[in-house]
Amino acid sequence: MAHLADRDVRAVLLGLVLILQATWGAGPASAADPTFPALGGRVVDAAGLLGAEDRAGLAAKLKAHEDKTSDQVVVATVPDLQGLTVEDYANRLFRHWALGQKKTNNGVLLLVAPKDRKVRIEVGYGLEGALTDALSKVIITTAITPRFKVGDYAGGLNAGVDAILSILSGDAETWQRKAEIRRDEADPRQVILFIVIFLVILFLAYRMNRGGRGGGFVVLPGPSSGGWSGGVSGGFGDGGFSGGGGSSGGGGASGDW
Amino acid sequence: MPSGAAILPNPSVFGRVRAAFVALALATTLTGCGAINRVPTLEEQAKSSWSEVQNQYQRRADLIPNLVETVKGYAQQEKDVLVGVTEARAKATSVKVDAGTVNDPQKFKEFQDAQNQLSGALGRLLVSVERYPDLKSNQNFLALQSQLEGTENRIAVARRDYIGAVQAYNTEVRTIPGRWIAAWFYPEAKPMETFTATPNSERPPSVKF
Repeated sequence: MAHLADRDVRAVLLGLVLILQATWGAGPASAADPTFPALGGRVVDAAGLLGAEDRAGLAAKLKAHEDKTSDQVVVATVPDLQGLTVEDYANRLFRHWALGQKKTNNGVLLLVAPKDRKVRIEVGYGLEGALTDALSKVIITTAITPRFKVGDYAGGLNAGVDAILSILSGDAETWQRKAEIRRDEADPRQVILFIVIFLVILFLAYRMNRGGRGGGFVVLPGPSSGGWSGGVSGGFGDGGFSGGGGSSGGGGASGDW
Repeated sequence: MPSGAAILPNPSVFGRVRAAFVALALATTLTGCGAINRVPTLEEQAKSSWSEVQNQYQRRADLIPNLVETVKGYAQQEKDVLVGVTEARAKATSVKVDAGTVNDPQKFKEFQDAQNQLSGALGRLLVSVERYPDLKSNQNFLALQSQLEGTENRIAVARRDYIGAVQAYNTEVRTIPGRWIAAWFYPEAKPMETFTATPNSERPPSVKF
């Protein structure tokens, strides 16, 4: 039986090699991505163009819009584009931050690179229909760059954000309606489902505890607050802010001043 | 194994059963690691990236007739450039493209060359319109121009995604264990063609206002 055992050993070794390869080969080194600023909030002023008041004002506007529509609009200023074009940098940054909700891809990034004198509105897949390339270009040439030319960054960004939000709101009302309709349809069944699941878990926990295995039972997740929350809740709580998992395919427009 | 053969009723059956068990264990291990599904998963990703590339090139082709019409109204002197664009578009849209194009170097090159030629012709058109201030301030033209710029940028993104997806897929089917898995389970999985960078198409034609 000696050579049989040998084959067993070889089979096991082969299996091990395959497993190792499979796990190590899983993460291919991504092609030298530039370093991006952290997404600390809805206004990321890495180039230091804005005062604290302007930052807070912009962030409040953006938050109000996001609470209403779930669109994630983010303003970013960066000290330098690290050798990339503004289009390339904006798209990579957008995807790095994953702006917009995962299912609807409803993110917008307003990027300013003062050293290169470039500005870009990068639009997520889901908002390309509302905030078209042509509209983005109009916003840049009429609202943003005239103010940037005279050094008024806060004014340009405020005007740009206002224009973006007003265009998105035109579409957002229908979105809001859709969400309400879906909420009405989904609510009763989902609530019942949650209650049933909750009771089952409670029952199981009760039996487990009675079976003398108490203590291993930690925390029950309660039924999620809204009932209908689909892609809307994304990944941001009240305090912090993070992208919801959306992506962009290069929609939007760029300009310089 | 003479002693084993004396005890066991049929050694070859025993061996086959054991081999089947080993294969089953191996397959389970591979499935557990996701390795066995990685070839078709990556293939699908590459294919969907390819259709996005096609979409965006098609979108560009759809914009061109309108653009040519608008420019014609203001810049009849640029007839040569306009004809060049129209012809390059006709050539690019006449190239038959399907899912098999990505496995055929000849067809892939034909597609890429035709699109590059169209990029070049469009670039010349956008440079030549610089001489016509009336055209440059025409609202319709400005809208078309920003759409064209947006499309060129989407093409660049779609190409980048495709190159990345194909790289991942090709690496998988050319290296072990993906290579063995592909040979055993997916004999139809072939490496795909990818774009070679050309100075013309990497950068969208940039236009100053």
